[in-house]
Amino acid sequence: MRALKFLLQKELRQIFRDPSIFFILFIMPMIQLMILPLAADYEIKNINLGVVDHDHSGYSRKLINKIVSSGYFRLKDYSSTFSQALRGIELDKTDLVLEIPAQFERKLVKENESTILVAANAINGVKAGLGSAYIQGIIGDFNQDVRMQWIQAPRFNPQPTIDVEYSDWYNPDMNYRDFMVPGILVMLVTMIGSSFASNNIVREKEMGTIEQINVSPIKKTQFILGKLIPFWMLALAVLTVGLFIARIFYGIVPLGHYLTIYVFASIYLLAILGLGLLMSTYAQTQQQSMLVSFFVTMVFNLLSGLYTPIESMPQWAQIITRLNPVSYFIEVMRMVVLKGSGLADIKYQILALLGFAVFFNGWAIVNYKKRS
Amino acid sequence: MIGEKVISAEKLTKRFGDFTAVDHITFDVVKGEIFGFLGANGAGKTTAMRMLCGLSLPTSGSAMVAGFDVYRQNELIKKNIGYMSQKFSLYEDLTIRENIRFYAGIYGLTDDKIKEKSNLLINRLNLAGQEKSLVRSLPLGWRQKLAFLIAIVHDPAIVFLDEPTGGVDPITRREFWELIYDASSKGITVFVTTHYMDEAEYCHRVSIMVDGRIDALDSPANLMKEYASSSMDGVFLQLARKALRMSD
Amino acid sequence: MSQFYIFVKKECLHIWRDRRTLFILVWMPIVQIILYGFALTNEVKNSRIAILDQSKDDATTAISNEIAASRYFNLVKNLHSYRDIDATFKQGLIRMAIVFPRNFQYDLLHSNRAQVQIIADASDPNTANTLTNYATAIINDYQLSLNNNEQLPYTIKTQLRMLYNPELKGAYNFVPGVMALVLMLVCAMMTSMAIVKEKEMGTMEVILVSPLRPFWIIIAKTIPYLLVSVLNIACILLLSVFVLGVPITGNLGLLIWESVLFTVTSLSIGILISNGAKTQQAAMFTSMMSLFLPTLLFSGFLFPVENMPVALQVISNVVPAKWYYIIVKSVMIKGLGFFAVWKETLILVGMTLILLFISISKFKIRLA
Repeated sequence: MRALKFLLQKELRQIFRDPSIFFILFIMPMIQLMILPLAADYEIKNINLGVVDHDHSGYSRKLINKIVSSGYFRLKDYSSTFSQALRGIELDKTDLVLEIPAQFERKLVKENESTILVAANAINGVKAGLGSAYIQGIIGDFNQDVRMQWIQAPRFNPQPTIDVEYSDWYNPDMNYRDFMVPGILVMLVTMIGSSFASNNIVREKEMGTIEQINVSPIKKTQFILGKLIPFWMLALAVLTVGLFIARIFYGIVPLGHYLTIYVFASIYLLAILGLGLLMSTYAQTQQQSMLVSFFVTMVFNLLSGLYTPIESMPQWAQIITRLNPVSYFIEVMRMVVLKGSGLADIKYQILALLGFAVFFNGWAIVNYKKRS
Repeated sequence: MIGEKVISAEKLTKRFGDFTAVDHITFDVVKGEIFGFLGANGAGKTTAMRMLCGLSLPTSGSAMVAGFDVYRQNELIKKNIGYMSQKFSLYEDLTIRENIRFYAGIYGLTDDKIKEKSNLLINRLNLAGQEKSLVRSLPLGWRQKLAFLIAIVHDPAIVFLDEPTGGVDPITRREFWELIYDASSKGITVFVTTHYMDEAEYCHRVSIMVDGRIDALDSPANLMKEYASSSMDGVFLQLARKALRMSD
Repeated sequence: MSQFYIFVKKECLHIWRDRRTLFILVWMPIVQIILYGFALTNEVKNSRIAILDQSKDDATTAISNEIAASRYFNLVKNLHSYRDIDATFKQGLIRMAIVFPRNFQYDLLHSNRAQVQIIADASDPNTANTLTNYATAIINDYQLSLNNNEQLPYTIKTQLRMLYNPELKGAYNFVPGVMALVLMLVCAMMTSMAIVKEKEMGTMEVILVSPLRPFWIIIAKTIPYLLVSVLNIACILLLSVFVLGVPITGNLGLLIWESVLFTVTSLSIGILISNGAKTQQAAMFTSMMSLFLPTLLFSGFLFPVENMPVALQVISNVVPAKWYYIIVKSVMIKGLGFFAVWKETLILVGMTLILLFISISKFKIRLA
């Protein structure tokens, strides 16, 4: 094991002498954590509204006012015909069109019923769904107001009513920052663990120093540990910097313990580094290694549940995410930060990652031959 | 030259699929010898050497290096040999002293020994005062010499050199060979591959590989007599004319 | 001109002979479209939920069954106590819990009022909101059914029309974006790397001393990639329609031409990168930073550009993929004609011309 000491010494020296280390350790986390969350705000707000009012009555004006003052909608277009208003949707100027027919107020009062048309650009289904739900909610409130105007409370035909009480747990501000920042941090740490580590080994291959190692009495496991440990430490350092930035800039303080995060991260990194190691045993040139890392990273990135929910994916895609170590960490990160989950709650994920670690590292060790 | 055999190969063969890179070669190397392994590019020299170093598993045949069997005692061989690759594998982003320390350390030298050897080595190369500079800043010739001395820092029985003098000027090559003589006089066997025929004359014995076979094996003097040539170049040309294989 | 033709032929042979790269260039887009086209969606369905039914009467059972039967929900757990709710959320097992208090039906029948509590995991606010809305709608339907669907007086009915994507399928939003991403990736990145490879291998000098003008050299280099890209466009469109279920509502010809335009824009960026990069590694890294990431971030399909701070929105205007994404949505999904996309088309044309101009004027006729 003395050889391991020398290996680690050499690795750490090389890492700290590399000028890009500063970039990786500080600049990259800052950029990723400060720009990405700004971009990844999925909140449905500022819905652009187009209105066609054929009635011009007191009620129609009141309704429009109520909708606009709710804060969800921005009145962007006021047309005189529906086809004109539709043009707004076609050109992406408006997301939703509200058409109030002629005789709206009269019909409501005289015939007890009136119809409003809401047309939504449904290309983004979630936006259309929530937008139309908001507007229907406001219309419903308005409806109640109208009813109250005309009917005395006791004369109301008592009908069974179910009151629905809503509670939003764990993210009371309904904030996308808190949801995205932990996930983005996971991405950052993953990149260090897999791509950088893998590239480092392939670079030694290209330079020929690996051959020098192979011809020496250093054991396979010593060499592999000599590569794993420094990058493991580096990744955890970046994690720390990232958590710090999250706290200072976004005020994100985990509901759970930092310790839980670190314990899981340590195991996660074993798995991810193992993957990087595995990739490096197959690549001969840095170019190959970068290309493969890039595509693997892209797939892991996009199919991890970071940007789109795993539950929305088809079954076969969900199975792929179960094979993706990144999705576990993203899940755990969000659970610990937002819900305060503890080690006991994430034992399933820990086991899964241990499995990954054994699998990837095992395969890599078997693959790595000092003698070809 | 009568002496204890440190390398012994019998019908050593390496095949890659249909292609036979090394074709049943048989030879011995005795202790303290400077043994030259010559041949054109693609003749199989490097492949043969890699088998002896434990970097490549032979397809058939047998070999013994430093008293150990290449099949079953591979790791023991590695403790007793040194190696210098074509690329002079030194870490460019580490200093001279750090490179020495690393390689000495992984071959099991104690801290005291490491210090001792480092100083010896640095002085031998007249680099005192510069040992903290990065290897990257050394000119090619110095790197070459440094790589060689590091390869023998643990006083191995045999040192394998793979085309060590590629790309350096004749004066540096001369100085390099002085280091080799030095090592040989201390009892270290030197096994060197090269395609520079003039270097063959520096060796005690040489073998010439053609198409994976050893077509000649003797001292340079004897070979020049046998092939009626005044230089090893001439010997080589006669043998190489028969070659079927093109270079890599 | 015949010189030019010879050059083009040589370039085509290069690609054709490099089977590995060709394989990647053709198969990668296909694999990616299928993978991301299916997997990337924000559609809410099969969300795991739990129900805590403290009454266990006909009413609660009826509502629970309706909810469980809905395609939006996947009832995974029946809870037994209120304390279990937090634990179940903490273990990441559910996204929402519905709680029925004791005597639900009794209260409903005798005092005409009963409560239901919907607790949503608001970690992902949109999903929480959407699920809450769906659950509420089901509960309201039940409420209505109790009254024999009798309508309250003075009722405003809302007729809801979902345009272009009535089933709210996620693919309609994401597939155009994936198209942009994949085309950009293949054209720009691969092209720049291939050109730089030539530089690395040293054969560039041979070309430079030839009598062909630099402009034509560049064009000759990119034509094979243009052809491969057209093939890719065809594959992508076929996959979108027949595998991913996103129909082409508008003019196919217009869509193809716009796609070719975007391809040319991407190729121009690739050329520009290859001009500056000295090694393939650098080319790849630059492509990633200046193409892939911005396309992912700013094209609009993964992140809503309209929610970004103004500074980022301005940056997004410089990303060609953003304009192409708008064009594809307008033509493919909305079925609009050229009148709706002429502005975006003009922008892409402008970008292409500027990029080509810069590339050509900077193309060093001498390498040093």
